[in-house]
Amino acid sequence: MTPSARPFPEAAREALADPQLRRNLRKATTHIRNRRAVVVGERDDWQELREAGRRIKAQAVRHLDRHLEDLERSVTARGGTVHWARDAAEANAIVARITREAGSREVIKVKSLATDEIGLNDALAGHGIAAIETDLAELIVQLAEDRPSHILVPAIHLNRMEIAEVFRRHLPGEGELPSDPQLLAAAARRFLRAKFLSVGVGVSGANFAAADTGTVCVVESEGNGRMCTTLPDVLITVMGIEKVVPRFADLEVMLQLLPRSSTGERMNPYTSLWTGVREADGPRAFHLVLLDNGRTHALADEVGRDALHCIRCSACLNVCPVYERTGGHAYGATYPGPIGAILAPQLAGLGDHADLPWASSLCGACYEVCPVKIDIPAILVHLRRRVVAEGGEGHGRLDPERAAMAVLGRVFRNRRRYETAQKAARLGAWPLSKDGRIERRLPGPLAGWTAVRDLKAPPAQTFRDWWRASGRSGRDGDR
Amino acid sequence: MRVALFITCFNDTLFPETGKAAVGLLERVGCDVEFPLEQTCCGQMHANSGYGEDALPLVRRFVDVFEGHDAVVSPSGSCVAMVREQYAALAKEAGDAELLRRVEALGPRVFELTQFLADELGVEDVGATFPHRVTYHPACHALRALGIGDAPLRLLRNVAGIDLVELPQAETCCGFGGTFAVKNADTSAAMLTDKLRAVLDTGAEVVCSADNSCLLHVGGGLSRQRAGVRAMHVAEILASR
Repeated sequence: MTPSARPFPEAAREALADPQLRRNLRKATTHIRNRRAVVVGERDDWQELREAGRRIKAQAVRHLDRHLEDLERSVTARGGTVHWARDAAEANAIVARITREAGSREVIKVKSLATDEIGLNDALAGHGIAAIETDLAELIVQLAEDRPSHILVPAIHLNRMEIAEVFRRHLPGEGELPSDPQLLAAAARRFLRAKFLSVGVGVSGANFAAADTGTVCVVESEGNGRMCTTLPDVLITVMGIEKVVPRFADLEVMLQLLPRSSTGERMNPYTSLWTGVREADGPRAFHLVLLDNGRTHALADEVGRDALHCIRCSACLNVCPVYERTGGHAYGATYPGPIGAILAPQLAGLGDHADLPWASSLCGACYEVCPVKIDIPAILVHLRRRVVAEGGEGHGRLDPERAAMAVLGRVFRNRRRYETAQKAARLGAWPLSKDGRIERRLPGPLAGWTAVRDLKAPPAQTFRDWWRASGRSGRDGDR
Repeated sequence: MRVALFITCFNDTLFPETGKAAVGLLERVGCDVEFPLEQTCCGQMHANSGYGEDALPLVRRFVDVFEGHDAVVSPSGSCVAMVREQYAALAKEAGDAELLRRVEALGPRVFELTQFLADELGVEDVGATFPHRVTYHPACHALRALGIGDAPLRLLRNVAGIDLVELPQAETCCGFGGTFAVKNADTSAAMLTDKLRAVLDTGAEVVCSADNSCLLHVGGGLSRQRAGVRAMHVAEILASR
């Protein structure tokens, strides 16, 4: 669930001061980043694959209405039931009702961002239903009453010592557990196995759903997800409407792009595909909840809508220099990192998370690795413009930044004003500077800069003064 | 060849030495350099900070000033990327088809300095001498938005006496990012710290880049730490003899 977000700069400052977090993040992101680079590097056709992936998602999103109706028909024809949810409250109510009707007080869950986004676990708890996360990292985060901080690796902010402490405290009978990874996994297995064999309702998200066949696809590493999609009598899948792909054959491209980009594997260990229900195999009832929850807001933005192409691989998080230092919690949203900075505000109709488009240096590393070529820097800049134009997030009419930008805009529109401003900058800096630099800490907007850096003072002669004095002025293009 | 120098407001005001070096280099390789004095700012700060409306008149101004020139060369990968990669989007957003046509005609004739020398003119040895240990930081916009590749390195490798050392994690952003360094000053500082550590680990006397905006940031950090390492634009190294 989206917690009430603190401004990013403030949350980031706190995260930056945590040396354990910095070390955990650096270690984990560097590791995944390097693995990705190796397996992507071995494909000569990687750029063609990316382009194919981009086209599939662009087509899916452009004709979303048609593909969703196709998907509904296909799923229904194979014995499934399709539900449409406008927002989180509707989706949560649907899942709670189905669970109650199945006579269950518990659900076992496949790792799913869509259900994090709608705060399903808390909503179910309100109905007296316990949701048990079965993805190892999600379980750790759930037991610790913490929040996921990464799309793929929800507990990336914790190391194994910290995880052992969580297990010792929260898993029954594991009070003496050492911090050995194998023993930690075994403890989780003991706890989860009992749940797999007893709980009657499974809840999943979806990586893809093929409109032509009605097939839902979930990829994972542990096999715990497959337990949830095959053992219970009732399976409920909550998927964002943008997860539909037109054809089953599109998975051929997507299943090559996703594991290489996310875990840095050529192929992920478990790919589960199911189509409706079958007698004497798997769940007897299958419910597909199609979730909007702000996606149609994003769809209405011709530039921003490309964020809906995201396949949640998290490659952009792992290469992002901002994410690597602040971690995911600083973003205050279900979707952190570069993709979160363009997706979270759009899902909220720019009403929330409107400072996230500025949580980027626009270095472009995210765009370079995105498997479906989402131009994240361009969308960040576009959203900054929208937020400023709509007067949100401290960009009201009387905002000092807006006033300063307007003044500078006027200065740059006129050569004489520009040259006067150059002189003024030099004169303004002169009393503050020594040996060509400003070493003291300045107040106001430059406080952050001068806290850790000297500021170069404008030298006595501008370039254009030199040019005019150099005898070249006859060739200055002043026609 | 006649070339118009697009100095950028930033270099004009804060880094005139880079402009002088660029003029010297271009003249050395036989270019006839012009400097249209009407030029001011390309509008990048406005456009990237969310003030597209304020950027638009600067886009028009840039096109008015430079479209009569066959080649426009600038010692800033970032500002060239603005012209090449963002002008069209701004014109489209404004619904100005005539402006779009003009920026699409001009964009491909605007070059980053090292790219112009190495790839357009095919000159990789500019006859420079610089007997110092140097490491090169590839500025993000030059590297990713513009794709200048290793043009600066090819030029630097031919400098006499230079001891060019590779920068670890070279392609990681230094943390400048324009107003990012002010709005998210703490995160920017954390990124800077890691970049400075990488620079210091090389034992270089000079860290260079094709963008003075990164160098204002990196150089400001080195100066504050009294690190004894100088930040210099690539052009100034290439102009040394």
